[in-house]
Amino acid sequence: MDEERTLLDKVWAAHEIARREDGESLLWVDRHFVHEGSFHAFSRLAERGANVAEPGLTFGVADHYVPTRGVRRDITNPEIAHMVRQLEENLAKHGIVLFGLGDPRQGIVHVVGPEQGLTLPGLIIVCGDSHTSTHGALGACAFGIGASQVAHVLMTQTIWQRKPGRMRVTVHGEAAVGVAAKDIVLAIIARIGADGATGHALEFAGSAIRDLSIEGRLTLCNMAIEAGARCGMVAPDEKTFAWLKGRPCAPEGVEFERAVEDWSALATDGGAPFDLDVHLDAATIAPIVTWGTSPEDALPIDASVPDPTREIDMARAKYLRDALDYMGIAPGSRLTDIVIDRVFIGSCTNSRIEDLRAAAAVLAGRTSKVPGLVSAGSARIKRQAEEEGLDRIFRDAGLEWGGPGCSMCVGINGDIVPPGERCASTTNRNFRGRQGPGARTHLMSPAMVAAAAVTGHLTDVRPFLSGRKV
Amino acid sequence: MEKFTRLTATACPLDVANLNTDQLIPARYLKLPRSAGFAKVLLYDLRFGDDGHERPEFPLNRPTWRGAKIIVGGRNFGCGSSREAAVYALRDYGIGCVIAPSFGDIFAGNAAQNAVLTAIVSDADAAELMAALVAKPGLELTVDLEQLTIECRSRTFGFAIDPVRRTRLLNGWDDIALTGSYRDRIAAFKADDRIRRPWAAPRSVHEDRE
Repeated sequence: MDEERTLLDKVWAAHEIARREDGESLLWVDRHFVHEGSFHAFSRLAERGANVAEPGLTFGVADHYVPTRGVRRDITNPEIAHMVRQLEENLAKHGIVLFGLGDPRQGIVHVVGPEQGLTLPGLIIVCGDSHTSTHGALGACAFGIGASQVAHVLMTQTIWQRKPGRMRVTVHGEAAVGVAAKDIVLAIIARIGADGATGHALEFAGSAIRDLSIEGRLTLCNMAIEAGARCGMVAPDEKTFAWLKGRPCAPEGVEFERAVEDWSALATDGGAPFDLDVHLDAATIAPIVTWGTSPEDALPIDASVPDPTREIDMARAKYLRDALDYMGIAPGSRLTDIVIDRVFIGSCTNSRIEDLRAAAAVLAGRTSKVPGLVSAGSARIKRQAEEEGLDRIFRDAGLEWGGPGCSMCVGINGDIVPPGERCASTTNRNFRGRQGPGARTHLMSPAMVAAAAVTGHLTDVRPFLSGRKV
Repeated sequence: MEKFTRLTATACPLDVANLNTDQLIPARYLKLPRSAGFAKVLLYDLRFGDDGHERPEFPLNRPTWRGAKIIVGGRNFGCGSSREAAVYALRDYGIGCVIAPSFGDIFAGNAAQNAVLTAIVSDADAAELMAALVAKPGLELTVDLEQLTIECRSRTFGFAIDPVRRTRLLNGWDDIALTGSYRDRIAAFKADDRIRRPWAAPRSVHEDRE
């Protein structure tokens, strides 16, 4: 084909088994991740007496309900213990590998997949979790699906999907010191809206994206879903290949060389068309925090929250009032005046080694004014952080050093923000009640959370970085 | 799955932008098995106060809207988490159709798997429908998936839906049965793909790798 194609076009074409008249494609699925929440789908299989078509392409991870503290095998809450046991039983029954509690590879599914080299460029990856978009950072087409589709993938290793639209966000220039991938993606969401990429595959391009580490790109694509995108993608490059080389499940030797050859051809062709094309200048992006109840409610740290009385659009004014009311913030307040009750560093968005280093760089030799939890994204990252002495920095600052899991991002393992409390958090969703009923969440980068911990209020991290290696 | 063609029912306005699936069903109820029924936990933290009592001001708690089978919502309805239980909750409550200016993609896909119609209307039409429902609580709408129309008193509005979701709803397709007829093509694809992309299969996973 001599037509110029996007990264999405190429990955899609390589997986299309059939296309129906109405435009829906039957796609081959290369990797399917399941977790405790996938039990509805296993129940469907049981009802039909069906088997898993490709147990070797399916991987289980215990993450949503696992404890992050204490002796992790001894789950005291019987309902939570049941969720973990149910996963173990379903996977054992179908012969699926489980990265379970106690396994040295256990962690958050979207951290473990890339870390183990299960996530590769050019693959189609699905999981019953919306943040599956994360895996696109390596050049995969990865998206979240519901239980009905999880059951379908388990039974057939395929999925029916209509090809999403093509959208590109190009971030030109260079991001300033103290501006992380999280700030870039929050700036993008604030610009295009929480539904700005709905129905589209969102490719991130430009020099500021190329400059990001793989960890940074994982953060970026993780949050693509918060802009409504079907998936987020970054074209694989030398950085991607170097990062993947030697990972446990990645190809090795000549097979790796062959793979790199194929992966190198995946990048979007020069003149390939996009349905939506957005441009941002990285130099204009400052550290960002959210103030409201949607990730699109994001502003630079030196700004003030909106004042509904100054809003002419009635519906928008009501939205602002409701959000500020839930968040317990006076209209027009300066963001830096917002006092916090606790901090959380973790989640599939920002729990990788680089995130922990960024937070530790700010916290070293300083004390947190509020309690908080640091939860590494995987057991492997936890070990690495301990080897680097990061755990000591967090502990010395007064924060708790926990085990890996979804933890306080979704609050279903028991790690919650108490009602009415305000948390500076590295997570992905500031929805009402997301971190626990009545909890108030401000999203920001790990370094910004660390700065908030040190001062006890939302703070610009940049002055805290002088003289430090970041 | 049952087919969806046309629905005439009371419609309840929920004028909230970004009403995410965490609101439709709070995460703490995701442990429930499907057989438990999800009607009670639909929009739980918005319908009920901390003490478990109904919030009388919430639209679905008002007598006229209690039995609504249609919701008219705000922009980006159902965004966020992929939890299909958000759709189970709507369905078990009796909601067969949500009308909004835009929907979370995964939510809309899940809805189409459970005979729930997600009808996309313009911002202006959503505002007009919302105003009509507020002005005359208990008003019925007729949503026709074949015609792609919403009848509201004497007015008729058009709506959009992904054509793929439309055919699925109209036919009441069971995807798994449907895919069964593609078995040979899947097998052929798999065989070719192993040669085309030898690197795509994961290296065998052993416990002792690390």
